[in-house]
Amino acid sequence: MFQQALDQVSKQVLIRERYDNYIGGKWVAPVEGRYFDNPSPVTGQKLCEVPRSSAADIELALDAAHKAKDAWGKTSAAERAKVLNRIADVLEQKLDLVAMIETLDNGKPIRETTLADMPLAVDHFRYFAGVIRAQEGSLSEIDNDTVAYHFREPLGVVGQIIPWNFPLLMATWKLAPALAAGNCVVLKPAEQTPLSILVLMELLGDIVPPGVINVVNGFGLEAGKPLAQSKRIAKIAFTGETTTGRMIMQYASDNIIPVTLELGGKSPNIFFADVMDQDDDFFDKCLEGFAMFALNQGEVCTCPSRALVDARIYDRFMERAVARVKKIKQGHPLDMSTMIGAQASNDQLEKILSYFDIGQQEGAKVLTGGKRADLGGEIGEGYYVEPTVLEGNNKMRVFQEEIFGPVVSVVKFDGEEEALSIANDTLYGLGAGVWTRDGTRAYRFGRAIQAGRVWTNCYHLYPAHASFGGYKQSGIGRENHLKMMDHYQQTKNMLVSYSPKALGFF
Amino acid sequence: MIARVEITEKAAAVLARLKIQHGAMLFHQSGGCCDGSAPMCFPVGDFRVGPQDVLLGEIGGCQFYIGAAQFDYWQHTQLIIDVVPGRGSGFSAEAPEGVRFLTRSRVFTDVELTELEAAGPPARAA
Repeated sequence: MFQQALDQVSKQVLIRERYDNYIGGKWVAPVEGRYFDNPSPVTGQKLCEVPRSSAADIELALDAAHKAKDAWGKTSAAERAKVLNRIADVLEQKLDLVAMIETLDNGKPIRETTLADMPLAVDHFRYFAGVIRAQEGSLSEIDNDTVAYHFREPLGVVGQIIPWNFPLLMATWKLAPALAAGNCVVLKPAEQTPLSILVLMELLGDIVPPGVINVVNGFGLEAGKPLAQSKRIAKIAFTGETTTGRMIMQYASDNIIPVTLELGGKSPNIFFADVMDQDDDFFDKCLEGFAMFALNQGEVCTCPSRALVDARIYDRFMERAVARVKKIKQGHPLDMSTMIGAQASNDQLEKILSYFDIGQQEGAKVLTGGKRADLGGEIGEGYYVEPTVLEGNNKMRVFQEEIFGPVVSVVKFDGEEEALSIANDTLYGLGAGVWTRDGTRAYRFGRAIQAGRVWTNCYHLYPAHASFGGYKQSGIGRENHLKMMDHYQQTKNMLVSYSPKALGFF
Repeated sequence: MIARVEITEKAAAVLARLKIQHGAMLFHQSGGCCDGSAPMCFPVGDFRVGPQDVLLGEIGGCQFYIGAAQFDYWQHTQLIIDVVPGRGSGFSAEAPEGVRFLTRSRVFTDVELTELEAAGPPARAA
């Protein structure tokens, strides 16, 4: 199946054996001539080679971006919207192809890339095409003769460091607002998943003017660091973990530039007793909501990896919930019926297994799963983990750390007060889920949770036009929404006097 | 004195190579998503630790820090720094070698916890 997929892809687009960086609209070999292998987590086989770039390559990309920034920053909103819409059109026309490449590169199931990642990316570009057309500056009438005009201007050249869990979608979340605002970008994809972004650049051809998007591949220390440290960027955006997030902020402080960070969470998914008042469609939706921890193999910053279940229904609910989890179909990521695919890398797999170990040492009970899955055949060497439900208490480390695997830790609660206390007893505040038939409780409770996104009677929806970002250690900024324009623009105030009279001070 | 952090022989060998390449190194335990919950290894000076960082101990001649808020949740466990094939995604120095440091853990016994408590809270960075 793996080889067939590669053959099918190669009929439509060449997956090069070796990629170069995409700088100034051209493929440019890394200055030091070094490359590294990019394996597919589906089978462990090599897909291609990508540049192992250094500071010199970042400088080349910054040269190209600075060369392009004045012209791009001055294009009309209509022109920039057209470019974004054309990117969306290309992605949409090639959706199946890009979805397959994303699955090969990341290991996630083809049905997710086809039905979620790619359509969301397409819509995201269109959303920001709309945003820039509708955006207006403002004016304040200070007094009869004095007017303050507020213009929104691009920052110039920005740096963006992309994670590996939704490679193309996360690149889109960062690229679309940056481009809409009139910035040029130097983007470093994750070293695990560089391929789909490179393929996209190839597909885009001359749609985007040279130098507006520049892609430099490589490792964090060798390519990410010189980008984040550069005095030639006006802003840096990063999605990843907290230590690197802090480091990015430290570098940014050297240059006094803004940062946006999305650093993950340990999101609670809370089920009140009334969800079981009836065994109906809504309860079925709740059970799916519980099983959502397995979406994208749990490699989601907002993975609902803590489930809080009302003590009044705990046993009955868990019986149904575990049964639902056991129905999750694990298999070949390229099979359209597969619900859960491969973890993105070996170290990711090892980390998840280390949490099974610590969880059991701490006394967490395994209700289902709890080990690596050997799926045999051509994917026997891939990185697969069984969907796992652990039962324990919120002080355990499996309740406090984002395992980034298909693992949910379940705890029961007695009353709203305890539910809220457990939900907020975490370093993070990115997402949360609240499930209840009582709209008043949903509102009150949702407002009290310290998280940037509270899914209410739903989970894992990521539509453009709903802001996404973290409280507490989960980061800074609100992506996926026109609010992000504030992070990619600066305000020029022109304070104009229409009075011919002196002030009278001198 | 009970060590709050240890290192496996394999990981120590990787660390020794990194020290030759980069000079003095330090570790900072990460949290959050993607490469979160993994230990990050940086050349000293690349990452600034401060009063909100707890010094867990020294491994392979390198200081190992964790954020104080994170320490509160982790302090009942000993960290054992190992290494596995992998790629990582942060700025940790070993990633280009095709390996990744990994934090394994062991729950302290009650006796150990009593002793650790008696020793008082661990030092913090200045």
